[in-house]
This record gives sequence, structure tokens and C-alpha cells, in this order.
Amino acid sequence: MELRIDRESVDRCRELAASIVAPVQAFIAAHSTVSVERAVLRLLGVDGVTPEEVPLPNAIVDALDSHERARGVALAYGRALAETGLDPAVLGEALALRRFTLEEFRDTPQEAARGALRPHVEAALVRIAAQRDDRSARLDRLPQLPPPLLYVIVASGNIYEDRTAAIAAAEAGAQVIAVIRSTGQSLLDFVPFGPTTEGFGGTYATQANFRIMRSALDEIAERLGRYVMLTNYASGLCMPEIAAMAAIERLDMLLNDSMYGILFRDINMKRTFIDQHFSRMLNAYSGIIINTGEDNYLTTADAVEQAPAVLASQFINEEFAHRAGLPDAQIGLGDAYEIDPDLKDGFLYQVAQAQLAREIFPNAPLKYMPPTKHMTGDVFKGHLIDAMFNLTSVMTKQHIHLCGMLTEAVHTPFLGDRVLSLENARYIMNTARNFGDEIVLRPGGTIERRAAQVLSECESLLERVAAMGLMHAIEASVFADVSRSGEGGRGFDGVFARGDGYYNPFEEALHPSAAKAQLSGVEG
Amino acid sequence: MSQFVKPYGDTQNDGKVQLSFTLPVEWSEAADEAARQLAGKMGFTDAQVVDGRPIASGFSFFVVYASTTQSVDVDAIAPSARTHAMTMEEIDAFVAERLGRKIRIAGACIGTDAHTVGIDAILNMKGYKGDYGLERYHAFETFNLGSQIAVEELVRFAREHRIDALLASQAVTQKGSDVKNFTALGELLEAEAMRDDVVLICGGPRVTNRLASELGYDAGFGRGTLPSEVAAFIAVTLAERNGRKG
Repeated sequence: MELRIDRESVDRCRELAASIVAPVQAFIAAHSTVSVERAVLRLLGVDGVTPEEVPLPNAIVDALDSHERARGVALAYGRALAETGLDPAVLGEALALRRFTLEEFRDTPQEAARGALRPHVEAALVRIAAQRDDRSARLDRLPQLPPPLLYVIVASGNIYEDRTAAIAAAEAGAQVIAVIRSTGQSLLDFVPFGPTTEGFGGTYATQANFRIMRSALDEIAERLGRYVMLTNYASGLCMPEIAAMAAIERLDMLLNDSMYGILFRDINMKRTFIDQHFSRMLNAYSGIIINTGEDNYLTTADAVEQAPAVLASQFINEEFAHRAGLPDAQIGLGDAYEIDPDLKDGFLYQVAQAQLAREIFPNAPLKYMPPTKHMTGDVFKGHLIDAMFNLTSVMTKQHIHLCGMLTEAVHTPFLGDRVLSLENARYIMNTARNFGDEIVLRPGGTIERRAAQVLSECESLLERVAAMGLMHAIEASVFADVSRSGEGGRGFDGVFARGDGYYNPFEEALHPSAAKAQLSGVEG
Repeated sequence: MSQFVKPYGDTQNDGKVQLSFTLPVEWSEAADEAARQLAGKMGFTDAQVVDGRPIASGFSFFVVYASTTQSVDVDAIAPSARTHAMTMEEIDAFVAERLGRKIRIAGACIGTDAHTVGIDAILNMKGYKGDYGLERYHAFETFNLGSQIAVEELVRFAREHRIDALLASQAVTQKGSDVKNFTALGELLEAEAMRDDVVLICGGPRVTNRLASELGYDAGFGRGTLPSEVAAFIAVTLAERNGRKG
């Protein structure tokens, strides 16, 4: 199956996306955020909480005065490492117990700080590279079933119950397990600590929870003879920190969208742009596939009208991702099957949109999201709509397939719901496995005309955004009919300009040009 | 009049139902029998396990058809009091005549809930299933505060903007978080002595009018609700209150 599409228009869209992102990228390069700095500490091995239960990375970054903070937490921490000779994790605990303050080491020269940091930065990068290599080795030894990779969500609130659900789902054919976060975690300006057994609509993303689930999935992978991927959610106020934790604990995918937090969670746009960049640099180095969140445009507004916005967002997400060093194979651009089931020929529009993305982003592991908006509690009809979604996915060769639940809009899926959903997907994707290769789309037919219309409207939308500038376009409600101001939204107080001599050793090492050398060094 | 009804399979009063459930046991013939006995203990007769199979280690899934001997008197159930079928134009005209001013409405997804699909369907201009949202009405001035709004913030907003009708939406129901949030909003309005000044409405896929009255709300709207149903309720309720005051 192939669409004839206007390749020149696709090229123009990419050029427009580049011109939209360039000025934002210049802004990003001149700023940092508290969560970027906290991620630096986490990468150095700082973890745990103070006696008042404040996560150590927060306590340490919050204690910096604005002058120190503007130069990056690494320098202040490096000075203390140089003077005390402690390991970074031990120093963090000592600071928590107030045996020292970072201020005491103010006069230590910065060369000493950089020197003291160097072995710890290298050790962190080696550790992450080892996890990446471990993933590759496991995937070679325990190959996955062919895509679409069946992806299901577990969300009980209790990580131990989630583990039971994840194992059952893997046995029933799931290839990717996402532990959805407790509702509201995206708005917390810290990452909770330790294993958790309480949550609402999901389970907190903590490093301990990541580790518990990783180990359960590694065990079941050995038993099933196929690797089972683990996913969590970075988008929110702690994108860089979650990216760091995911790198350390060998998650395989992360939800990471360049604009989701701004539009759908009212997180400050500057904060989000800066955070997504550093978090994606970490994702690139750790071999984690990002999943972008274009499905959200469709759940909050009409799916037919919003199709050009989805494509425009895919172009913008791709450009931001490339600038953070992510190769196409790690950019899981999102889309969703959300057209009103009562719309005549709605299925044709879905195929048009999915195939359009497939052809415009041929090497991206596209993430396809299931129907949610028009699921009502009629579980029988819901199961049918999910079947049409499954058919579209296999026909258009989507890569990451989030299985729809017949009980969507009823409850957080039961263990049995997940199995029924996986059986539906496996049935459709087996019986219609090569259907897409057998079809020739009618030239000038409904599908082709729809795809051409979406592409052309996407180009106009990108032209409008390029003319206004991305931040102004967001302010003018160009995306998702939501207006967000440059200094409004959550987390703006955690954004700051980089001062003279700002230093982030991980950013230096992982800079897209430097990272290539680093990667070849590790692999060679 | 009484009208007792039973589920209808293919014959009046056969009482046929279908059940499906998971049991935390390895599948075996004994597991099928356990499922059948369980249906019997639920009060069903003629239980037939039409499908029983393993779905994961330690879990089996069953589909059961059975009959119930129970029946319910439909006529003894009080009808819902909140259906006033009116169109947007009728509501606009009704408010102009009965109140002579715009009704101020604020809605939000409260607590940590981020699922705005429901509140957006009711409030946004576009509406739902061809029924325009409240923003489109001339009779209303509408504020959609969006997702994850603390109840304190919603109450403060209501006071500062002299809101007539408050719409609180909740989609996430895990561990009763929806009921907790609805209750917190009701209690805060009481504490601030504002409860009588607003028409208080809750909504969400699992909300029923019965839940709403238990929570002390004026109405609750569940799945499939059209914006005009909410609009009519607000308009009629405020007109009635206005009439009482006058």
C-alpha cells in the first residue's frame, strides 16, 4: 500500500519545522532549569531523601543562591567533592544531615571542581552505556515478535499489583509494559522516593518502582524467550530527572513530548522546552525510544479537524528530537484512532492519516494510540472499534501499538480486560498480517485525497507558526485551542538564565556532536 | 401499578444473563466447575460455563450464561427529576425572560484529575454530538478552568467572579478519589457559606444523579449527557430559585 504524496510539500514542512525550532533552540542554549540541575545530581549518583523527606536533589539545588545556581549545580558540587574526597552519593547524604553546606567550599578553584567531577561523570556514562549494551544483547538473545509491538498499561497504584498484572499481560502477548503514573505526578516538582503502593489512576514513577518492574520483566522475558520492554512517562515538571532514572534502570521507552506539558498540563513553555531538550539528550544516549503525545490533540478536540495539527506536531517533535541527538529509530511519533465511529468513511480517514505518517517518517517507530474518546461503556461495540483500530495499525505498519481496552471509560483495566484486548490485537494482526502489502490505493480516491488535504493544511499551519514564532503561536491558541503565555503556567520559577561559566558536564559530553564520538568510543 | 421485570433472553421472564470474570486459579475442569458453582452462589440458576480457559499463569477466564429468579418493579422507581428538554434558543429566551441577565458558569476538572473530555464536551463552543456547548449560549458567561484545579481555587474563583453555577468534573474514580474531591468541594462551599449561592453540579462517566444527591449536589450528569441538558437544568433551577426569592 502506498500513497502518492507531494514530496516537495513534505520537504517544505521539514524546513518550516527547522525554522520554527531554531529560535527556541537558541533560547534553550542560554537557560537551564532546576530539574535539569537535579538530573545532573541524579546522574552523579545522588539519591534518597532528607530527614524531612525532601528528595536530596531538590534539597541541594534549592539551597543554592541564585548566583551559584546560574553557574550550574555541578560546579558547587564538584568543589565539595574535591575538598571532602567523598563519593557523590555519600556527599549527598552528608549534606542532607547538614554536616556540610556547599557554600563552605565557595573558594575552591573551579579547575579542582571539574577535576573532581570527571571520574564520576565518566563512571555515570559508562554505567548508562552498559545498560544500553545490555538491552541490545538481550534483544539479540531474546528477540521480540514483529511489530506492531503490543503495548499495554498497568495502573493499579500499587507497584506490586502492577507487577502481577504486567507478568500476566506479557504471558498473553504484551511486548511493552507501561506503568502509567499517578494522576497529577506530572505536576510535582520532585520525583517521589522508594517503592510505592498508593496512587490514583496510576502508580508513582520512582526509581525503586522502575527497578522492581524491570527485574520482573527481565525474569518473564527469560521464561517467554522474548524481551519485554518497559515504559514510563517523562513529560511533566521532572522530564530530565525521569530520563536520568530511566537511563540508569534500563527503561526502553519514555513518553517525552516537546509541547504536551505546555498545552495539556499548563506547565510553563520555557520550562518545558529546556527540560525536553536535556531529557532527550539523555534518551538519545541511553538508547531509549521516545513516544510523543499527539494523541492528546485528538482526545480534546475533533479528530478530523485536528489531523493537520497532529502532523504539524509530529514535524516539530521530530525537529526538536533531532536537535537533541535522537536518531529516527528512537523517535516514536504519536497518532491516535479517535475519529467518531458514526462518521461515514471514518475508517478511510484513519487509514489515510496513519499511512501518511508512515510514509513521511519511514524510519520512525510510530506510536499508535487506541480509541478512547468515543468509548462509552458499551464494551461490545468498544471491542469492535478496537478491532478496526488493530486492523488500521497492522495495515499501515505502525510500530508501537497501544492496545485499546473494551472497558475504556469504565474502569482502570482489569487483568482479564487486558487479556481480551491482547487477544483481539493478536487475532487481527495475524489474520491480516500482510493485508497492507496486497492493497493498491485508488489514485484520486478518498484516502489519497484525504492524505493530500491533511498534508497541505499541515503546511499552512506550519507556515503560520513559523511566521508568528512558536511561543507566540502557543499564546495565540494555534495548538489544541489552548492559549499559554510565556511566563504563565507551572514551573516558571524554576527557569533561569545561564551565567558566565555555566557548567553541565553531562550536557558537554552528550552534545549531539560529542555524543557520536562517545558512542563510537563505547561501542569500539 | 406494578410492572415486575426480569432479564429477557428469548422468552418473557426467562431471566437470562451473561457474566464474564477472571478467577485467580490455574485453568482446569475443576476451575470450570468452580465458576459454575460461583454463579449458583450469586443466586443464578441453570448456570452454564460456555467458555473457560487459562489467560495467564495462575489466572483463568470464564463466560457464563445463567438465569435469575429475581425481578424488579420498574414502576416503583422514581423518575429522574432533572430532564427538561429545551433547545439552545429556548434556553436563551427562557433566561432572558425569567432572569433578565446572563448566568455565570464555571467548570473544572477538580483535584489531580486531568481528563477534561467530559467538561470540554459540555462547555466548549463545539459541544457534543451536534449539541452546542455552553460557551455558545447567549444566556451564559462561561469559564472553563481546565484540568487539575484545586477545590480551593475553584471556590475562590466562584467568589471573585460571582458564579451562579459550578460544574465539577471527575473521570478518575480509583479508590474513590472522585467522591473525595466532590465531597471536599461541597464542604468547602458550606464552610465559606457559599453553598446556597450556587447551583452545584457534578459530572463524569461514572456520575449518576443519585450519587449527586447523596453528595448534596443539585444534580449529577453521567455519560452521554448533552450540553443542552445541563444548560436547561441550570436555567430552570436558577429561575425557580429566583422565583422563590421574588
